[in-house]
Amino acid sequence: MGEMDTLKKEADGLKAQIEAGRKAVNDTTMATLASGVAAAPRVQLKNRKTLKGHLAKIYGLHWSADNRHMVSASQDGKLLIWDTYTGNKVYAVPLKSSWVMSCSMAPSGNLVASGGLDNMCTIANIKGASPKTLRELDAHEGYLSHSRFLNDSEILTASGDTTCCLWDLETGKQKVIYKSHVGDCMCLAVSPDQNTFISGACDSSAKLWDIRDGGCKQTFIGHTSDINAIAFYPSGTAVITGSDDCTLKMYDLRADQEVNGYQDAALNAGVTSVSLSSSGRLIFAGYDNFNCNIWDSLKAEKVGVLSGHDNRVSCIGVPDDGLGVCTGSWDSFLKIWN
Amino acid sequence: MSGSSNLVAMKKIVQQLRFEASINRVKVSQAAADLQQFCMQNALQDPLLTGVSSSTNPFRPQKVCSFL
Repeated sequence: MGEMDTLKKEADGLKAQIEAGRKAVNDTTMATLASGVAAAPRVQLKNRKTLKGHLAKIYGLHWSADNRHMVSASQDGKLLIWDTYTGNKVYAVPLKSSWVMSCSMAPSGNLVASGGLDNMCTIANIKGASPKTLRELDAHEGYLSHSRFLNDSEILTASGDTTCCLWDLETGKQKVIYKSHVGDCMCLAVSPDQNTFISGACDSSAKLWDIRDGGCKQTFIGHTSDINAIAFYPSGTAVITGSDDCTLKMYDLRADQEVNGYQDAALNAGVTSVSLSSSGRLIFAGYDNFNCNIWDSLKAEKVGVLSGHDNRVSCIGVPDDGLGVCTGSWDSFLKIWN
Repeated sequence: MSGSSNLVAMKKIVQQLRFEASINRVKVSQAAADLQQFCMQNALQDPLLTGVSSSTNPFRPQKVCSFL
């Protein structure tokens, strides 16, 4: 018992040390610095396209690297791949399990991944005559909440079993397991340079990981409930998190702390999804209250809203060229705005 | 023995905290200034900030051609 107490004391001491280290560099606020910056224009984005085709709640969407195609996942048991310029469905991938929670497309556009309450990540090749299952990645002990391809032979997954994992698609086996969270992992995002990734979990923390060695480099605290959504700032030096505590936060990786918060006393709906415009100035956040709010990332002010869905906005994405933003909802529709 | 596995878990937690406590931190004023500069430098190339003209908007509903 003695050793446990000693360790607990050491842990508490280290936490205090980290807190003190963060305070020591906390010499100003982002809001103070941003007061000199011109306000972002009042953003009025129009709904340019509504993609209709799913028959049940949409749980995930991911833009292709070609900025034109997109994959969406619904609990109607299908992945749909869309040509967003025409609004047409290009492929439909039937899922073995309809309890899907996420989907993603490889940068090459050849592969898509999906997974959910089946605890598996299923990889399909969509470039043949008809979509074919390539691999079933089966080792997580909890639901699959999120996935992102690094390339056609590696994929990262986040799971309700509190771990994240890097898989080798040639062998179907786990290459690296990222263990440190003490709550379900809900989301992940890969850094622009692909050396690190960030995860958000139900333990209210976000963690930065070295992809290759599996080590947790930094832990960001402050949220008071599950982190459902996470995104890298395009510079790669900050991350934005969205939580069930109804707020979003910006954590700077170099200052190792929260540098901005996005909240409104009138807002009491959890954040489900987050995405950024190409300069990072605009944060698009989907909420449980059916709306998507647009925040000025520097001044922490609300500068617009995307309304039009009849149910929770569950997923959001901006393509690499930044030409639009897509929202996906439990109302079964995807809407593209710019 | 749950006692010893708790000990192992706790040792890992302390090890992780030791690592995180040792990192170098940049002043918020510097970090925030850099973020702001990145934003401003890329603002003119951000279509959602500057707006997308109808002629170049790939998502704009296709105009229907009609024969006169």
